This record gives sequence, C-alpha cells and structure tokens, in this order.
Amino acid sequence: MTDQKMHFDYLLRLGDNSLILGQRLAEWCGHAPMLEEDLALTNIGLDLLGQARMLLAYAGEVEGKGRDEDRLAFHRDTMAWRNLLLLEQPNGDFAHTMARQLFFDAFQYQQFAGLCSSSDERLAGIAAKSLKEITYHRRHSTDWVIRLGDGTEESHERMQRAVDSLWGYVPEMFDMDAVDDAMVAAGIGVDVAALRGEWDRYIDEVFAEATLSRPEDSWSVRGSREGKHSEHLGYLLAEMQFLPRAYPDAKW
Amino acid sequence: MDAINKEPEALEAAFQAKVDAEQRIEPKDWMPEKYRQTLIRQMSQHAHSEVVGMLPEGNWLTRAPSLKRKAILMAKIQDEGGHGLYLYSAAETLGISRDEMFEQLHSGKAKYSTIFNYPTLSWADIGAIGWLVDGAAIVNQIALCRCSYGPYARAMIRICKEESFHQRQGYEIMMTMAQGTKEQREMAQDALNRWWWPTLMMFGPHDRESAHSGQSMKWKIKRQSNDDLRQKFIDATVPQAEFLGLRIPDDKLKWNEERGHYDFGEIDWEEFRSVVNGNGLCNRERLQARVDAHDGGRWVREAALAHAAKKEARKVEAA
Repeated sequence: MTDQKMHFDYLLRLGDNSLILGQRLAEWCGHAPMLEEDLALTNIGLDLLGQARMLLAYAGEVEGKGRDEDRLAFHRDTMAWRNLLLLEQPNGDFAHTMARQLFFDAFQYQQFAGLCSSSDERLAGIAAKSLKEITYHRRHSTDWVIRLGDGTEESHERMQRAVDSLWGYVPEMFDMDAVDDAMVAAGIGVDVAALRGEWDRYIDEVFAEATLSRPEDSWSVRGSREGKHSEHLGYLLAEMQFLPRAYPDAKW
Repeated sequence: MDAINKEPEALEAAFQAKVDAEQRIEPKDWMPEKYRQTLIRQMSQHAHSEVVGMLPEGNWLTRAPSLKRKAILMAKIQDEGGHGLYLYSAAETLGISRDEMFEQLHSGKAKYSTIFNYPTLSWADIGAIGWLVDGAAIVNQIALCRCSYGPYARAMIRICKEESFHQRQGYEIMMTMAQGTKEQREMAQDALNRWWWPTLMMFGPHDRESAHSGQSMKWKIKRQSNDDLRQKFIDATVPQAEFLGLRIPDDKLKWNEERGHYDFGEIDWEEFRSVVNGNGLCNRERLQARVDAHDGGRWVREAALAHAAKKEARKVEAA
C-alpha cells in the first residue's frame, strides 16, 4: 500500500466511525425515553455527522480520485467500510445505546486528544474541533451508565447486560495494523494500542461508581479494518444509501 | 392586584381591560378559569404537535440523500424537540405538569395537529413539510407572537425565528427537486398534490364554523381569524409554487384583482373530520410511537430518579 493509500484508509476509518454511530443515533429520533434525551441524542448524532463530513471530505481529497463525502458515504458496499464493529451494532434498549456510546466516547476522546498533535495539520484541526464535542459526549454517556447502573434493580440488570453483550467489541478498538503503524511512524496517527491502559482506568472508575461488574475478557471479534463486518451493517447501508443508489443521476 | 378582596365580575373586568390595553397576562396574574383552560388546550396541543411532528420527518432522517441534507434535517428535528420542550414549560406555568399533558395526549383527550397523520412517502415530502407545513405554521405563529399570554407570546417569538430557517430548507429541497431529473420533478409535484389541501386545513374551520374563535379573539389569544390567516398563506405561497414550476392542485385557484387575493376552491372538510377522527394513514402509528417511547422509557426515568435520590441520601449521610 502506498503512503497515500494508507493515509486515505486511516482517514476513512475515522470518518466511518463517526458516520455509522451518527446514523445509529438518528434511529432514536422521536423515540427516546424522554424529550431531553431526544435532543441530546440528536445533538450527539449531529456532532458525529459533522465529524464524518470533515473526515470523509478530506479522505476523498487525499485519495485524489474525485470522490467527495457523499460518494464515499453512499456508494460503498459493506466490504469497503472501515468503521469499528462496535458502532454498527443495533441500538437495542437505551442501556445498550449508552454502553456502546461510553465505550466509544472514552476511546475516541483519547484518540482525538492524540490526533490534536498530528503532523497532518488539517487532521489536527478536525481533531481539536471535535474533541470539545467528544468531551461532552463522554460526560453524557458516563452520567447515564452511572445512573442506570446505580439506579433501580431493573436498570442495573439492563445496564450490566448491555455491558456484557458489547464487551467483546472493545478489543478491536485498540488493534494496530500496518496502516496504523505507518501513520504513527509518519507522525500522523495515534498508537491506539497504547491507549488501552488509560481507557481501562476510566471505564473501571465508571463501573465502580455504577456498581457494575467488569466483564471477563472471554470473547472478542474483529475484522473491520479488512472490511469484515457483522450482518447488521448491510441493512444500515441499505437504508442509508437507498436514494442515491435508486436514482444515481439525481442531485439532492 | 389585590385579588382576594374583589368580586369575580370586577376581576374579570380588570383582566379584560388589561388585555384590551395590550398588556401581557403573566402566570401569577389573575385570569378567568376558561382563559387558563383554553390556553392549556391550545399550548399543549401545540407542544404535542412539535413532538409528534418529529416522527414523519424522522422517517427520512436515516434515508436523507446526502450528508448535508441529513445534517440539516437532524438540526431541524432537534429544533422541533426543543420547541416542544419550550412549549411544555410555558404551558406548565398554567398549572399543569408535562406528565399530565402526556397522559392527555396518550389517552386521546389532547390533540396534535392532524397534518402529522399523513405519511411521508418520498424525500420530496420532507421538502413539502418544510415549505408548506412550516410555512403555514409560521403564518399562525407570527399572529401568536402578540398573544395576550406572556409566556406563550415569548415562546412564539423565539420559535418563529427558527421556523423561518425550516421553511427555507424545505423550499430549497423542493427547488432542487423541481429542477432535477424527471423522477425528482414527479416526486415534487406528487408531494405538493398530497400536502396542499391538508396544509390549508391546518388553519382550522371557516370563521363562521369555528367554535372557539370569538372568545379567543376577545381575549387576544387569537389575533387573526382562521380564514384571514389561510388567505395570507395562500397569497404568499402561490407565487412560490409558480417559481418552482409546480402546479397547485386546485382548478379554482385564480388571482382576484378586485379582492387583491387569490380565490381558491372549497376545502374537503369531510376528509379533515375523517382524519381527525382516526382515519388518516398514520393516526395509530404516530400515537403508538409516542406511547411506546413513553412507556418504553419509564424504566430509564425511574432509574434517573432513583439514582438522584441515592446520591442525595449519601450527601446527607456524609454531612
């Protein structure tokens, strides 16, 4: 892989993460447990969508093949997506959505904090802008995991179940492959493997306050960096990409 | 005002004098019970409409055809949720809780705008909702900015600012589609065909048949009549449709030089009543979606309360 291709792939991973999670949050619209959360979830979704647009537009420029943000968002099939498996998982109940959000927010917070000092100035700028948003996202999901974990018996059970069922998607966030290594070497990317210790400390603190048990590391799935996804992504894309695919000549 | 020592007639006269003098009524002021009830009915219906109105647009949020459109629609729907929240708070100043208002919505006692019982079938419907439905809402709400009840009037001023952005984004979607491919033009025309008449119904029955109008006008809750507002909307919208190159589905629509207004055909009030009474394509889904969100979210709300109570108890213990 050329440096340019790796740079493109790296930006795509970052952009795809934000877009897929933003798309999932959009599914909550009008159905949240309270009106305040309808506003919060769309707000977070909007932030993620904004990040995705900046990152995908930039990725398209780095690739140099004339693909813009929409070309990348609406005309790639499952195998070409690079988002983490965690993020394409269905919303489930509110506890699931918050567990998924906390795991990613805590990760993305550290990742983007690192990217703020990227040698790629444009990426560093996007990271700096996004980090302010992510700081709020992480506070929001942290608060909810604590409330639900240390709330009622039912909410505790639901929260624990959500944490358990998503735990196996956590290790993939900290994987490093040839693209990551090259980007770290070039001073562009972040060594995510090195972030795990801090992530664990943060999450353990949240779990302690939430009276949740940290699941055992008994299973893990991975593959998104090579385009291997769960079956959920295909349906998400079918819905998201419907219009531009059905009417390829149209501008919207 | 020293309310305790005054006779009801005197209180009512003083109230009406204040309204007539264009002074705002505030939550702590004395007001006739019927004034309070009318406002609760109208404001809660308005709040419910904002919240139920998130659903037909949310129906296309996951399928918006570009990332920019998705972001704009998401921001718009978020605004509407915010309007709902703002209106519920304003209604609460009249002595009703948000939970009570939800209960009335879920039991069918309180209504929401029946326009949201129509389905959004194509992306052009998102354009039509912004252009027509929000356009009609603005005409209604501008009039309400001068409503005699202070919290409602102030809510309307704030909401109107955002609504004009909503209408522009809707019109822009229509414009893009009207200038687009043959299929897009067909979608745009079809959306106009389906949304035009229901939008005109949003202004309510003819003045001569409007049950609450007279009293509401006297109390200055309502500042302009249904028919006047409807005419205003039509006069503003017909040139916009012409500019788009779309045809408004009304053979009787014609500029009347003498009146200085457009003449238009008769609204099918039978359809209006039928949809209000439950025969719209989406009545059941819309209400069920709200009930499901509320009931399905009960454990979350209970957990939040339980956690807050535990935290408080710990604080007391530590002190």
